[in-house]
Amino acid sequence: MSYGMKTLYNGSAFLRSDIPVFGNADFFQMLLDSINAGWRACSYFGVPSSKGATLYCLMSARGGSGTLGIASTEVCGSFPSLALRAPQFEMFEREIAEQCLIRPDGHPWLKPVRYQKPLCEGDGFWSETDGHGLIPGVTEFYKVDGDEVHEVAVGPVHAGIIEPGHFRFQCHGEEVFHLEIAHGFQHRGIERTVAGSPNPRTIHIMETIAGDTTIGHTQAYCINVESLAGVFASPRAETLRGVALELERLANHIGDLGAISGDVGYLPTASFCGRIRGDFLNMTALLCGSRFGRGLLRPGGVSFDCDAATAEEILKRLQAGRVEIKQAVELLWNSPSVMARLEDVGTLSEADAREIGLVGPAARASRLNRDVRRDHPFGIFRMTQIPVITGNSCDVYSRSMVRWLEIQRSLDFLDEQLRHLPRGAYRTEMKQILPDRCAVALTEGWRGEICHVALTDSEGKFERYKIVDPSFHNWSGLALALRNQQISDFPLCNKSFNLSYCGFDL
Amino acid sequence: MTNSIIHIFLAILMPPLLIGVIGKTKALFAGRTGAPFLQPYYDIIRLLHKGSVFSSTTTWIFRAGPIVALASTSIAALLIPFGAHPSPISFQGDMILYAYLFALGRFFTMAAALDTGSSFEGMGSAREAAYSCLAEPTLFFALITLSRLSGSYSLSPMLINISFGIWLNAGAALLMLVGGMFIVLLAENCRIPFDDPNTHLELTMIHEVMVLDHSGPALGIIHYAASLKLFVLGAFFVHIALPYATGNPYLDWGLFIISMLELAVVIGVVESVMARLRLIRVPQLLVAATILAAFSTLLVIR
Repeated sequence: MSYGMKTLYNGSAFLRSDIPVFGNADFFQMLLDSINAGWRACSYFGVPSSKGATLYCLMSARGGSGTLGIASTEVCGSFPSLALRAPQFEMFEREIAEQCLIRPDGHPWLKPVRYQKPLCEGDGFWSETDGHGLIPGVTEFYKVDGDEVHEVAVGPVHAGIIEPGHFRFQCHGEEVFHLEIAHGFQHRGIERTVAGSPNPRTIHIMETIAGDTTIGHTQAYCINVESLAGVFASPRAETLRGVALELERLANHIGDLGAISGDVGYLPTASFCGRIRGDFLNMTALLCGSRFGRGLLRPGGVSFDCDAATAEEILKRLQAGRVEIKQAVELLWNSPSVMARLEDVGTLSEADAREIGLVGPAARASRLNRDVRRDHPFGIFRMTQIPVITGNSCDVYSRSMVRWLEIQRSLDFLDEQLRHLPRGAYRTEMKQILPDRCAVALTEGWRGEICHVALTDSEGKFERYKIVDPSFHNWSGLALALRNQQISDFPLCNKSFNLSYCGFDL
Repeated sequence: MTNSIIHIFLAILMPPLLIGVIGKTKALFAGRTGAPFLQPYYDIIRLLHKGSVFSSTTTWIFRAGPIVALASTSIAALLIPFGAHPSPISFQGDMILYAYLFALGRFFTMAAALDTGSSFEGMGSAREAAYSCLAEPTLFFALITLSRLSGSYSLSPMLINISFGIWLNAGAALLMLVGGMFIVLLAENCRIPFDDPNTHLELTMIHEVMVLDHSGPALGIIHYAASLKLFVLGAFFVHIALPYATGNPYLDWGLFIISMLELAVVIGVVESVMARLRLIRVPQLLVAATILAAFSTLLVIR
């Protein structure tokens, strides 16, 4: 049952004319029907046209079929908002309004997402107060009135060395009634910049969409470009990409566990994890010379081979790392004072997580069994599987435990892959990418599902390159998790999600 | 006279060292080298050399906050005996003055925080006010127990009176007092598990958030006053927990210094092996401290 959408598998490219164009009413009804049947929105975006915009929606089927569906419709001026009935569209609709200047009618909270200029000519819905354009964060916020209700504003300048984001709390004493998050301070105009690509700069832009997810985003880009050109990366290259992806996951998950521990004031794990994270980053550096994997993935394969000595060295370091990380993390679970801080804090119910379309470890911690590596396998994960971990308690503890279990699964995976690296070339010659195609790539970065959709024009250049970072889905999850929590627990909840600001702002 | 000079000398110079020892202990537990023992001195000197920035919305109260906090803690330091030596100033009923000098300093710190009009600082003041209300009864029960044991209303005779002989007679009462006072010592000085002095997360802070808007020399004074407060309350605690006395005045000074350093190490260990409490749990622990102290009073009064 595909509701009339074009069905496809992850990593495929097809003619743009194959994407069905629905009438408006049918399109929006189809979106609601498929959501009600358990489908999930991966990406929903507009391409400005002379009359208005063409909306594309990429959906992921429920269950293990691995099916994706894509459909489009043409709208002018406005389109009906589905946010009230399917909250996972809420942020996407605001983004469409901001980028394509078409209004989602009936949207409950229509505000700019990133305070950016539209992709097409014209003025935004949000009048520019002075000549400098929209200023991020300068807007209405949801307000709660009443005795003893007070407002706390945090950011965009924070006390720690973290990215800028603005958080507006409506509190009653220490209890948070509502949290609203404003972004846009890091907006770099990536989608606008890569329109008209690919060119030699594009890969570097992809590597810096979110600096800590370099491999995840670059792999999605490589998959798209390869499928558009009809090139296949060699098994050796796919394995090395998988190794890099899991090393990235390991380093970040370990760093997160350390940061969670630091936020509750538990020093031993915080210090150990900080150092061990560095050890794992250094393993990526062994592969390519960059701790964050810059310059490793290239369309057609990888740019550095991994010889037997390097694989041996990484294996040796993994073994040492496994022992150390076990000691450091088990301190957490064995300290009652730490458990008292993690349990029953920042609970995000399964129903809420499903409604807002949460992805990644945060979703798995809320009992949602979704993982792109299994649901829509790509690269090496078509050959080998990493078991999917889900948590049960939906709180900070669950999100920490899911990270710890994923660390162990990834270590097992690396152990196996590095012992049996396939022989062969590590890089295939790239070809020209084909015109008038659409390519879709999903990868499971360490934060969750990364979705890149490429639409090429008649000359084989990107007319639109849509990027969805997992943070785009998950920031609403953080806001919901804070409801009726103590405001002093916010940093801990925030850390347990650890979302990207620049990945969101693009 | 010599003893008074040594007393004042120690009260001025030693407090930041305790912070340095705590930091070093925590670093050892975390597997790091840690900052030098004298780092807190360097930090305070660095801050004193800086310029100040004052928000235009603040009044004289904001500037008075750090000064009053330092002044009141300094006077308290003169009232408390260090080791086996009586304090330079001592009179009947000085224990009440001692308790409320801290309250005065706290009141001005909170008023200075509210003066900025920042929502963070308002939150910090609210937390500080709530928790100090709960910590105060413990201190008073402790003072009642001690004055009952010694028959005096003055701190010097009251605290120097405690010896191993008293421990043998009223051990149960003193043990509970040690438990209650240690909790209050950690809470009053914003140590883990009540507050994390090293955190950068505004929303979780209690004491640190109240001084966010202070900079330069004012911040240096606040850091110094905080370490002095730890020193003064620590001296009180050390009297009850480690009542060593040899009779030789110089040996006694040495013993006092060693006891204070031991206390700093113990605080460092506590901070290393446990996480912070959720703020909502802090009152429960403070009430537990009050109950401990109340029972110790009950035991000596019966």
